[in-house]
Amino acid sequence: MIEGLAALYIFMLAGFTGYEIISKVPVILHTPLMSGSNFVHGIVLVGAMIALGIAENTTQQAIGFIAVLLAAGNAVGGYVVTERMLEMFKSSDKKGAAGESK
Amino acid sequence: MSILIQATYFLAAILFILGLKQMSSPVTARRGIHWAGIGMVLATLVTFLAPELSDNPQAVTNYILIIIAIAIGGGYAWVSGKKVAMTDMPQMIAMYNGMGGGAAATIAAVELLKAQGEIAAARESFVGSVINEADPSLMTVSGVMGVDVTILAILGAIIGTIAFSGSVIAWAKLDGRLNSNKLLPQQQLINLVLALVLVGFAVAVYFTGDLMPIIIFFVLALVLGVFITVPVGGADMPVIISLFNALTGLAVGFEGYVLGNAAMIIAGTVVGSAGSLLTHLMAKAMNRSVSNVFFSGFGTTAGASADAGESGGSMKEIQSQDVGIMMAYASQVVIIPGYGMAVAQAQHKVWELTQLLTDKGVKVKFAIHPVAGRMPGHMNVLLAEAGVPYDLIYDMEDINSDFQNTTVTLVIGANDVVNPAAKNDPNSPLFGMPILNAEQSDNVIVIKRGRGTGFSGVENPLFLLDNTRMLFGDGQKAVNELIQSVKEL
Repeated sequence: MIEGLAALYIFMLAGFTGYEIISKVPVILHTPLMSGSNFVHGIVLVGAMIALGIAENTTQQAIGFIAVLLAAGNAVGGYVVTERMLEMFKSSDKKGAAGESK
Repeated sequence: MSILIQATYFLAAILFILGLKQMSSPVTARRGIHWAGIGMVLATLVTFLAPELSDNPQAVTNYILIIIAIAIGGGYAWVSGKKVAMTDMPQMIAMYNGMGGGAAATIAAVELLKAQGEIAAARESFVGSVINEADPSLMTVSGVMGVDVTILAILGAIIGTIAFSGSVIAWAKLDGRLNSNKLLPQQQLINLVLALVLVGFAVAVYFTGDLMPIIIFFVLALVLGVFITVPVGGADMPVIISLFNALTGLAVGFEGYVLGNAAMIIAGTVVGSAGSLLTHLMAKAMNRSVSNVFFSGFGTTAGASADAGESGGSMKEIQSQDVGIMMAYASQVVIIPGYGMAVAQAQHKVWELTQLLTDKGVKVKFAIHPVAGRMPGHMNVLLAEAGVPYDLIYDMEDINSDFQNTTVTLVIGANDVVNPAAKNDPNSPLFGMPILNAEQSDNVIVIKRGRGTGFSGVENPLFLLDNTRMLFGDGQKAVNELIQSVKEL
């Protein structure tokens, strides 16, 4: 378990980390990056699994089931669309070397 | 076992941060999403081993439910994510984001209901006994869960729920399923009252152990998310989606604290702050502030100045053969694509045209306005899909001084981002927004479906300038004709 003050430090440091990561991003990557960060908060899946895992009656199980369902959608969907977008970024000089795929 | 789980979460957090870092450069971006993906798979697998899960008397049922839920939710997202068109990407991101927010909110719901259940059971056991009240501090949700945990659970629940219902509305609007911007008269006032009532019920949840306040609390938060998002105009949607993305991250971080899960705290908070900055950058690129997006409809001021723009000149038409000749003998051609190009699915043809011109020795560049498409960077994705290498694509800052050396600027499906009124007409609703200086090039060719105004409904004086010619027609067809006429030379 993470104690109150330690958690506060984690919140602060993680906050600065996020700010730092984004501040030097070229505009062309804004959409993929938004999609990528959308994928990263798919980690909520872990919490949803625990929420369903600790459920003790049918109501809690039903709500926990919805939580896992939604979280899995967030994680998988976020990954698939981000990967599809980034797959397409190629540089013109690389193209020849890597061999034409299409 | 616990060490293994904690170590894996730690590794996952590192992979997320490094992954996001690598996604900030086009060269390493793909590796970045793969790393983050590995982190996610590891974190998910190791969670199956968590003692909280196996110690539960319902463990077997719950394990089965978890696997079924992952299969359904993940399966749906896999299929829909694979087949969604690149032009529809923004609403798909909104949808997945909403799911994440909903998940964070439902985690809070499970925790609150568990505490409420304990209180109800305790009350039951005291009925009829000599002591009619239990320890009062254990008769409230905050008493059972602890002050800090309850506050963050409730905050995460509010934010997550609003992000959920708001994202669903954003998805519906971008997907063309919902067109109304009006819900109720005095919407802002109603939202304010609703928000206050919501806070009231949040306090009630904190200080009582009853079921009813919890249910009303979640319903109100759902409604508030809808009410906030419905009045937001289509052009402002990307800002909203980005904001909801940041909010979901924050909600995930809060619920991570509730569950004592460091991976969720770190990943959620990183996304929360990164998303907030991204939202700010997007709003700035569109010359809007975030509060502006929420509290004023964009179209409301447009009507006043729409007629003022009609003053000088008229649109002059041109035929594709003439444009073909013009471009084939140009020294430099700059192409300004807009969302209209993507809707017409013309990006592949545009790339074909670019290759033809390059073979003839013409220098071709793409100029991308920060808000071209439906989101910053959306246009780059669409061009990348067509195979345009990213080193031909220039940001506004890099290309704006280059328009003076440009023989032909081809505007295809873009409108507001080249509207000079943003620079010189203080009455224009676009005034102050940085634009691409298309009007400074020798010739401007505008491919446009009709004479109407653009997405924002604002008149564009660029179309009336002496060096501007209009090529009316569907984007794909028009570019096809251009290719033909260049080929025939």
